[in-house]
Amino acid sequence: MVPLHYYLIVSAIVFAIGVLGVLIRRNLIVILMSIELMLNAVNLTFIAFSRFLGSMEGQVVVFFVMAVAAAEAVIGLAIIISVFRHRQTLDPQEMQLLKW
Amino acid sequence: MVTPASSIVAYDLLRWIVLIPLLASVINLFWGRALGKNSAGALASAAVGASFALALYVFWQLPATGIFRDLVYTWFESGSFRVNLSFQVDALTAVMLLVVTGIGFLIHVYSLGYMGHDDGMVRFFVYLNLFIFFMLLLVMGDNLLILFVGWEGVGLCSYLLIGFWYHDHNNTIAGNKAFIVNRIGDFGFLLGILLLVTELGRQGIWTLDFLELQGHVQMLSPAIISLITFLLFVGATGKSAQLPLFVWLPDAMAGPTPVSALIHAATMVTAGVYMTARLHFLFALAPSTLSVIAWIGAATAFFAATIAVTQNDIKKVLAYSTVSQLGYMFLAVGIGAFSAAIFHVFTHAFFKACLFLGSGSVIHALGGEQDMRKMGGLKAHMPRTYWTYVIATLAIAGIPFTAGFFSKDLILWQTFSHGATLQWGIVLITAGMTAFYMFRQLFMVFHGECRADAHAKAHLHESPAVMTMPLVILAIGSIFAGWLGAPEYLWGSRWDHWLAGVFGAAPAHHGSVSTEIMITLITLAVVAVGIGLAYAKYGRTDSKVGASVDSGSILYRLSLNKYYVDEIYDGVFVRPFTACSQFFAQIIDPSVIDGAVNGIAAATRGMSSIWVGLQTGNVQHYLAAFLVGTLALLAYCLGQL
Amino acid sequence: MDPSTLIFFVLATLLVVSSLMVVFLRNVVHCAMALVAALLIIAIYFVTLQAPMVGVLQVLVYAGAIMVLFLFVIMLLNPMTPEQPRRAWWTLGTLLALLLAGGLVPMLTKSEPAGDPLAATELFGSPEMLAKSLFSDFVLPFEIASVLLLVAIVGAVVLAKREH
Repeated sequence: MVPLHYYLIVSAIVFAIGVLGVLIRRNLIVILMSIELMLNAVNLTFIAFSRFLGSMEGQVVVFFVMAVAAAEAVIGLAIIISVFRHRQTLDPQEMQLLKW
Repeated sequence: MVTPASSIVAYDLLRWIVLIPLLASVINLFWGRALGKNSAGALASAAVGASFALALYVFWQLPATGIFRDLVYTWFESGSFRVNLSFQVDALTAVMLLVVTGIGFLIHVYSLGYMGHDDGMVRFFVYLNLFIFFMLLLVMGDNLLILFVGWEGVGLCSYLLIGFWYHDHNNTIAGNKAFIVNRIGDFGFLLGILLLVTELGRQGIWTLDFLELQGHVQMLSPAIISLITFLLFVGATGKSAQLPLFVWLPDAMAGPTPVSALIHAATMVTAGVYMTARLHFLFALAPSTLSVIAWIGAATAFFAATIAVTQNDIKKVLAYSTVSQLGYMFLAVGIGAFSAAIFHVFTHAFFKACLFLGSGSVIHALGGEQDMRKMGGLKAHMPRTYWTYVIATLAIAGIPFTAGFFSKDLILWQTFSHGATLQWGIVLITAGMTAFYMFRQLFMVFHGECRADAHAKAHLHESPAVMTMPLVILAIGSIFAGWLGAPEYLWGSRWDHWLAGVFGAAPAHHGSVSTEIMITLITLAVVAVGIGLAYAKYGRTDSKVGASVDSGSILYRLSLNKYYVDEIYDGVFVRPFTACSQFFAQIIDPSVIDGAVNGIAAATRGMSSIWVGLQTGNVQHYLAAFLVGTLALLAYCLGQL
Repeated sequence: MDPSTLIFFVLATLLVVSSLMVVFLRNVVHCAMALVAALLIIAIYFVTLQAPMVGVLQVLVYAGAIMVLFLFVIMLLNPMTPEQPRRAWWTLGTLLALLLAGGLVPMLTKSEPAGDPLAATELFGSPEMLAKSLFSDFVLPFEIASVLLLVAIVGAVVLAKREH
């Protein structure tokens, strides 16, 4: 049986990679995709714990995470479309109006 | 000390004596212009007249050892310390009441004539009534705090009335001077009150009520009592123009003459004497303070008289004379003869008011001239003014059987018989000088050739009845008021008997009757010398008045310039103080205080412009910061494991 | 090493590689494809962890619907300009990510509950079990989630509408 902490380590690594993507990339869509990556890493953690504690609650949480992630991706993409219409760019560096 | 009488009666009438002038003042304040000058003046005079009538009635009802009280309401209460707005009339207050309302009434009537052509007449009567109100508060208050309220109030009215003709800037300066110098005295007064309250409070008694104080002050240590009385006396030197705070009184002559008569002769300036008399039980426990008071009184009397002998302004002579006579009163207080001091207050009010009003009559007749060198020969033109002036001058000089004779001689006798021979000598010479300068004034103004200029001469006329009637009444008082306090070898003193309830029985005579008569004769001799000198220099028809006698001698110049006291004060106190204030205003305030405040603002701005660099607007930068925080948290949790 | 562990490591390697591809590939469509691969691998993991229902949902919803939406938007917007790499920022980012991983791993492994996994019943992870939890203990979040989805739909329509 694969021990729990193997799954947790993998999950941590994927999460960190997702964070890296959010920080580094200058394309809004890729940033959104990195966020999805992070969410999935967390989902993996939940399912792993759910299995190893014998409780369905972990899976229920993942269910909800997926629903919310769907909603969030939809809104996020709608915003990206809206922003692209105005700025003709997807580079977050071009969107720095909210500052002193 | 005789404990206060057993009969303390509650009497609701008392508050009306105080309130009626206040009401008239308020009515004139708001509706005076609508009423018109003459009606407003009549209302004001009637109000004081009503107060006088009530005061007479109360006086008639009051037994010699009785006390009337009227509690209006409780002003404030703090724990067991309770201060009421409450009035008290005992024998001492009754005397002061009659003086304030009676002479106040006469002066109001006089002002109807004197201020008749003045545009600000309504305002004048508002202030004058307000003054009467505060003065009555002062003499009728039953505790030290109400007295102090009245004390401050009369100072305020004095300021308002000195600077009455405010279009002339010099008048407002004089008003300021009076108020500020008074303030210095009041600072000492307030410290005295506070010290009294706290020291008594330390013993568990919290009160400023006079009757309660009388019962408890012996609980305090002599050193504390000396300090308290000294501080209170500082207040009295300010209000009653003694050394060193007398400098405001001569300048106060800038105000209209009725003001000089009422405030700066008869009533306000005697407030200091009244206060010491009211607190006689406290002062009696502080012999060191009393000796200071006696010396200051004697010195002031002498000093002011030496200035009065050379002055050429008719009102300035009377002003310095007032300072001098107040010195007599404080000398009496200092040797413990409180009854004699109040007696002199009483008689002085009559003849000094008469003299001032008479001078006002002269000034009015000459169309505003106040320099005596431009007067003379007015006897023929203003008979009634002249004769009343003569009577008042006789009184102040101390000619036998005038009021001044009895009161001044009483003080001289008391001083001698208490063993204060040096002070007696000083005031004896002062009596001579008083006679000299008063008769000098009489001769210069009324006798000889008329030296007035053509314009004034054309204007010359006797004053109307509304002005001369008060003069006549006051002149009569200047003679007969003193008959209440005659020495034993004549017909005895009703006065001492009346005030015995307050001050205790008159002390047993320290000397024989023959010594007393001898002292009186010596005084009369000195007075005669003074009158003779005055006659020789100014009374004869061939005396030259225009060129001043002994012009140029050092003493003369010192005296004429009042020993340069004002200039000395200016150099020693006012200038350094002003320089200090300038320093604070122009250097400390902008650089240090504004600098600190602005500095904080600048520092905040500086800090903020540093931190604002964090706000790049770039989401990824924000996320990085977020991550750093998360890492820190992570590290902390790892540390805990 | 037994087969399940071997499969685990293979899948783990693939997962990490595809994640790195999502982050580092230039072409957006390639990134999207890599993400799909990552999602599928995670779905496999779900199945091995006795969560078959959730695994299927992952494929249907995530890899299926959401990624299709992403691809639609990529096609719609057609972003062309490639990004310039920024050395300094990339090093900082990598450093921070490494630190994060370095911090998370000990955190997670230290707090591991000891012992064997509890014996799983037959029904564990099945639709029945999921439904039972969902409609009894978690019915309120369920309803709220449906409202949330409704709101998201309306919001997306409003945001993405062409302005007139």
